[in-house]
Amino acid sequence: MATAFQKVYTQISQITKATCSLKAKGVGYDELALINGKLAQVVKIMGDDVTLQVFEGTGGIPTNAEVVFLGKAPSLKVSEQLAGRFFNAYGQPIDGGPEIEGREVEIGGPSVNPVRRKQPSELIATGIAGIDLNNTLVSGQKIPFFADPDQPFNEVMALVALRAKADKIILGGMGMTNDDYYFFRNTFSNAGALDRIIAFMNTTEDPAVERLLVPDMALAAAEYFAVEKHETVLVLLTDMTSYADSLSIVSNRMDQIPSKDSMPGSLYSDLAKIYEKAVQFPESVGGGSITIIAVTTLSGGDITHAVPDNTGYITEGQLYLRRDTDTGKVIVDPFRSLSRLKQLVAGKKTRKDHAQVMNAAIRLYADAANAKTKLENGFDLTDYDNRCLQFAHEYAEKLLAIDVNLNTEEMLDVTWSLLQKYFRLEEVNIKKEFTDIYWGKA
Amino acid sequence: MTKGTVSGVVSNMVTLRVDGPVLQGEICYIHTGGVRLMAEVIKVLGQDVYVQVFESTRGLKVGAEAEFTGHMLEIQLGPGMLSKNYDGLQNDLDEMEGVFLKRGQYTDPLDNDRLWVFKPLAKPGDVVQESDWLGEVEENHQPLKIMAPFQLKGKATVKSIVPEGEYHVRDVVAVLTDEQGNDVNVTMVQHWPVKFAMTNYAEKPRPFKLLETGVRTIDTFNPIVEGGTGFIPGPFGTGKTVLQHAISKQAEADIVIIAACGERANEVVEIFSEFPELVDPHTGRKLMERTIIIANTSNMPVAAREASVYTAMTMAEYYRSMGLRVLLMADSTSRWAQALREMSNRMEELPGPDAFPMDLGALISNFYGRAGYVILRNGQTGSVTFLGTVSPAGGNLKEPVTENTKKVARCFYGLEQDRADKKRYPAVNPIDSYSKYLEYPEFAQYMQEHINAEWIPKVLRLKTRMQRGKEIAEQINILGDDGVPVEYHITFWKSEVIDFVILQQDAFDEVDSVTSLERQEEILNLVTDICNKDDYHFETFLDVTDFFKKLINLCKQMNYSEYKSEAYYDYIRQVKELVGM
Repeated sequence: MATAFQKVYTQISQITKATCSLKAKGVGYDELALINGKLAQVVKIMGDDVTLQVFEGTGGIPTNAEVVFLGKAPSLKVSEQLAGRFFNAYGQPIDGGPEIEGREVEIGGPSVNPVRRKQPSELIATGIAGIDLNNTLVSGQKIPFFADPDQPFNEVMALVALRAKADKIILGGMGMTNDDYYFFRNTFSNAGALDRIIAFMNTTEDPAVERLLVPDMALAAAEYFAVEKHETVLVLLTDMTSYADSLSIVSNRMDQIPSKDSMPGSLYSDLAKIYEKAVQFPESVGGGSITIIAVTTLSGGDITHAVPDNTGYITEGQLYLRRDTDTGKVIVDPFRSLSRLKQLVAGKKTRKDHAQVMNAAIRLYADAANAKTKLENGFDLTDYDNRCLQFAHEYAEKLLAIDVNLNTEEMLDVTWSLLQKYFRLEEVNIKKEFTDIYWGKA
Repeated sequence: MTKGTVSGVVSNMVTLRVDGPVLQGEICYIHTGGVRLMAEVIKVLGQDVYVQVFESTRGLKVGAEAEFTGHMLEIQLGPGMLSKNYDGLQNDLDEMEGVFLKRGQYTDPLDNDRLWVFKPLAKPGDVVQESDWLGEVEENHQPLKIMAPFQLKGKATVKSIVPEGEYHVRDVVAVLTDEQGNDVNVTMVQHWPVKFAMTNYAEKPRPFKLLETGVRTIDTFNPIVEGGTGFIPGPFGTGKTVLQHAISKQAEADIVIIAACGERANEVVEIFSEFPELVDPHTGRKLMERTIIIANTSNMPVAAREASVYTAMTMAEYYRSMGLRVLLMADSTSRWAQALREMSNRMEELPGPDAFPMDLGALISNFYGRAGYVILRNGQTGSVTFLGTVSPAGGNLKEPVTENTKKVARCFYGLEQDRADKKRYPAVNPIDSYSKYLEYPEFAQYMQEHINAEWIPKVLRLKTRMQRGKEIAEQINILGDDGVPVEYHITFWKSEVIDFVILQQDAFDEVDSVTSLERQEEILNLVTDICNKDDYHFETFLDVTDFFKKLINLCKQMNYSEYKSEAYYDYIRQVKELVGM
């Protein structure tokens, strides 16, 4: 790939598992290079000493490898041709189709000026009450699923992506199993949505460090469609824990002092740079939005680990899945799940009683949890406790389960009917102006 | 001026080889690809200078040239800053071109074309010192003072001062003669290096005046004072930002400065979009008029994040020197500490606890120390009240940022996951949180003079009841509802009344979100009366539960009703009837 004018270096002075060092001049920070055809990026320059991070790993690189600097940071060619295509982490087609023609943009570009953003205000309906009712999503939001690896987060995410009315769905797969990759392909294909899909894939078969490019690739494509085509773009990133693991591999190889859980000290900034690409643009620049739904897998539900912890501080809420032992169904956990932007739409784009009804139901569901503890500890239950437990069962089955598909109005009506079935007016603590309308009517 | 050449790049840490003297903390500009990147000196080793660049270093090459400025990171202070949105380096975000932030784009923080009505306060012949008031300019109904230059040494005499009229910020409005007989031109613009505290006051006594925030769990339970310090630690999702926004909307301050430090951009957008519409409950004017936002969101360059809190504090001190009451909020100080950690790591310094730099504690305490209530040399008073949030890793308060902050901040508002899960907002833990000001005799005297002498004793008694309620709840958990006497249930439910009626507050309800001090006093008295009544008679604990649920429901409806409305009085009547008072 070297052209006539490019200088070729052939003396590598140091090779570690992830990096190569050599003496070179006139090299820019972040610049790409090819080492015997393998893609690498400049991560450190000290005088003439240049350190390169090799995405595929350094196995098989000889000390006399040919090194050519490309004079540019990692980039992606963007155009309408991206739609419907599958790429690897470098943005090269893996679906057998032709190369993309278009303008080349550097990935990991600058941030949007906060004053040029618009406050997100468009509801994204998913039909899942655990989301729409309790944790409403809004366009321009960034939110992850916190889930253990055995939970069906990819299925839920595919469902959400298909039901959300997005112009483009961009899937960034990091360390995804081949089976899951095929699941997404088939699901989108069966739904007839392939023309709206763009995927950047790093599967478990690919080198781990490569996946560091995936979120930036996906978001560069997203920015093209949101900024230039003013489209509503939904970006799915799964799994961000694999991404963070790769960060820690690289920082470890570069002898950086690790902070909590052997993650690099810059983990917060690294994750924020990705998630903050979520944006709603105002009409004055033509609209368009990028919404990010990600997956952060947990280890044994531990959210104090550095990856979910830092993620929680960056994202606008988080969604937890768990299996409800009462009903045997997978539910969206109403206690730990949170959508920080829900108040921008709840009661504004939805019915006015939304916030109060939601809170009342969750409070009573919490009382049911207390009653359950009492039951497990062998205490007698009161009549109220029993009613809470019955309510919780039906609430989980009819609303929290992920197989529910209702519109928000129906969700509210179902909640009112459950409240009335099990509780007295003074037990629900809802503003009188709403009980006047809905109590006894639903 | 000293010049340098780039000799190494690791992310935003760059080494330069210099040809002359440099200051520790000096600002320099590195030229690359047609733009200038601002950077700050953080370490000097012989001719090698380590700088942290406030921008992305992508494409920067060895050999790029840098020019030094001879001064540390400083900001410009003058009329025209109110209602502005700045980045951490005081660039005016609204003046920046394009949707994306372009590297190397720096804008003037003050509007040079705008005319201000200047009124002289000093006259020729007056002897003045640095920071003394020479004139006045009104901005958004705030009387801003034009002061003698902060850098003025010793005493000076006013040689001339312009008459009342319209002037630009950089016009000379006065000429002083200093002790050496040199003329000093005075404009409306001041400069100040952000890392240094302003000490241009006569005295810094203990603060004692209540700062009303309209948030009951603060004002009633753990009050903060004008010039006081406090911090809000909490795991994510417990409502730190909602609480901070509520305080910044409602607090009785002249100027509110919000430093969004390494936090979400959409939260800043919320302020941008809501504050211009919202009305200041104390003056009836638009909230934005008294607000300045310093936005360094989490995706903006890390080095500027550290600068942003200092920029905000320097602005706060500037307004305090004019005798104004300033409220400064920083969300979140943990992000600032993380920025320090990233840089310390790149410099390969030996790490302290959790890989934070060793001087973290000293930096935090110096920063909180800059807040305070001051008496100026002319006898006027001003204050900087500082509230910072802390985002402890994993929600664990035993981590360096929380521990070091706890040593210096006087109020502690600990947000609790368990309360947040139960939707008991604001999720401030009523038992662990504290305000040291409740112990200040100066504060007790102020409350006695301005509200009543019974306020603090009543609050302390309610706090004891909360503690007792918690103990009983634990006993009931162990022994079961039937395992404790009915009286225990009554005591427990009294603490629930305090929790539901005083502590819990709906930040998204138009009425409930702000409670005036007068109304808080009425609620405090009502709840105290409910708790003090000791002749409740119930057969079983179930009757206790039923009764108090009914009572709490009525009290909540009262909280949702417009103050002094018919509905409000009606609910009070119903409460009293139910209780039999």
